[in-house]
Amino acid sequence: MSIEHAPSPVEALSGETAVPTTAGPDVQAGPPPATVETPVRKFSINFGPQHPAAHGVLRLILELDGELVERVDPHIGLLHRGTEKLIEARPYTQNTPYFDRLDYVAPMNQEHAFVIAIERLMGLEVPIRGQLIRVLYCEIGRILNHLLNVTTQAMDVGALTPICWGFEEREKLMVFYEKASGARMHANFFRPGGVRQDLPESLIDEIARWCELFPKALDDIETLITGNRIFKQRNVDIGVVSKEQALAWGFTGVMLRGAGVAWDLRRNQPYECYDELEFDIPLGLNSDCYDRYLCRMEEMRQSVRIMVQCIDRLRGTPGLVLSDDHKVAPPRRGEMKQSMEALIHHFKLFSEGFHVPAGEVYAAVEAPKGEFGVYLVADGTNKPYRCKIRAPSYPHLSAMDWLNRGHMLADVSAILGSLDIVFGEIDR
Amino acid sequence: MIWTPSNEALAELAENVTAGSGGLLENPMIAHGELTVHARAEQIVEALTFLRDDSGLQFHQLIDICGADYPQRPLRFDVVYHLLSMTKNRRVRVKLQTDEDTPVPSVTGVHPGAEWFEREAFDMYGVFFAGHPDLRRLLTDYGFHGHPMRKDFPMTGYVEVRYDDDLKRVVYEPVKSVEFRSWDFLSPWEGAEYAKPGQGYPHVLPGDEKAGDGR
Repeated sequence: MSIEHAPSPVEALSGETAVPTTAGPDVQAGPPPATVETPVRKFSINFGPQHPAAHGVLRLILELDGELVERVDPHIGLLHRGTEKLIEARPYTQNTPYFDRLDYVAPMNQEHAFVIAIERLMGLEVPIRGQLIRVLYCEIGRILNHLLNVTTQAMDVGALTPICWGFEEREKLMVFYEKASGARMHANFFRPGGVRQDLPESLIDEIARWCELFPKALDDIETLITGNRIFKQRNVDIGVVSKEQALAWGFTGVMLRGAGVAWDLRRNQPYECYDELEFDIPLGLNSDCYDRYLCRMEEMRQSVRIMVQCIDRLRGTPGLVLSDDHKVAPPRRGEMKQSMEALIHHFKLFSEGFHVPAGEVYAAVEAPKGEFGVYLVADGTNKPYRCKIRAPSYPHLSAMDWLNRGHMLADVSAILGSLDIVFGEIDR
Repeated sequence: MIWTPSNEALAELAENVTAGSGGLLENPMIAHGELTVHARAEQIVEALTFLRDDSGLQFHQLIDICGADYPQRPLRFDVVYHLLSMTKNRRVRVKLQTDEDTPVPSVTGVHPGAEWFEREAFDMYGVFFAGHPDLRRLLTDYGFHGHPMRKDFPMTGYVEVRYDDDLKRVVYEPVKSVEFRSWDFLSPWEGAEYAKPGQGYPHVLPGDEKAGDGR
């Protein structure tokens, strides 16, 4: 048996002691033992594609010098579904569901840009009640997004409780989505000319009640994160973006406002009824990850403020929520039982769809992540000729390389978290 | 409903852009509250530098670059640049034309954020950008062939993947699934292609080709 031939531990130990040690006094006469510098091998590691802090399917190839990041090469496209190509093959109204699936954290904000693009090409007006419902749900989307981002950013740097608290609130908001549209996430609620259907009175009351309670939940989350020593150590002065860099790299949204640039499309190029609503735009001072977190927290409070105003106005503004131009917006079911013309309109809209006059337009909205734009080229038929989707987190992610250089490996996930990326819209 | 500058403001902007650029940007078009100007491919770097640095324009931010395919044209591709001036609160769209072989100078030197937008346009349409630091594919699969957003690229693509249980890996195979059906819902009476004014009775209606000789 081989075990008999193996040297006993005692033998091995005695054999080792026979070797002269460098620590002995008799070797001091020789040259001093040079401190051999171990050649540090720079190495590259894969971060993702499946990594909880990658916020989806992102493959980052990090070149490291020890723990210092020297180069970041993001490989994206793992969620590429060819949305823009698919859109070219479908009538306009069948394309709104694709926009829910871009930034699936705040679905209605994406739909909003697309329907605005169609409305501008066709010269459609949206009834005021429709506008208020749109703004209400876009702000719900903003809170949905920021709750997810803020709490997962905290999780990326080690805090596990905020995400549980934040997701409880998100769940309530998704119930509001469901009660309005029938779907928790992929709502398909906005239509060219308004929204699919009116909100029941009870739902408006429910949202109003939630608006009263939510600031308390935000306060609770803030007690966990804002003053937290570990959270600050991981985020303050990390991922600093100067004003010039933010402009040069096409940053928008919180990434830009965190750097102190006062730019918000809701204020500067207002759409819907945002110019009639009161809200403040928080700006960052130090443009680091921590300031961006603070901006998002404050934006949520401002969103609640907007929602409360919308609810007040909705209660006093009865009326249509969808344009009554039945060449574009389908007639109600009850109308179809009575009117032959309504039936024909319905049939035409759900088979052929409507024709959009030839032209091109770029419509942008302030999505929670930044400027979400749709460049729509229409050729006069019932399908878009070209629909380019400008996703806000796309330029943000493209800046990963210089943002991370010189940072430690552990900062990569903190910076990634504060960029607020979702792969549905980056990969499209 | 969205805020857009008035047509007078846009006309003034168009005047500033075209006159100040010294021929770099011409042929301004105002539609739907937006200004579109056209540039020549070889001068795009100068044009965007002018738009960025001119004190009256200050288009500091590059919002988007994208391609568009018009296969019936000799220069089949449009490259479309969307710029935003935050100080002047204006947007402008710059368009240029190119084909499959002629590279467009890269504007990464003017707007570093153009890097990924140009990579995407190259990936999706096969537009080449000369002087781009790293013109690799971005969104498509490793080892992908072709440019999927071109109008002559089929919707289903050419290959599909599945996991092969014997080989224990993912394999690529020619597409075997059902052919993508492009539904023709255009009405023969309203469809833009069929009934053109002045042509009298439309020559071919959808479905006529199936009727054959018995028509």
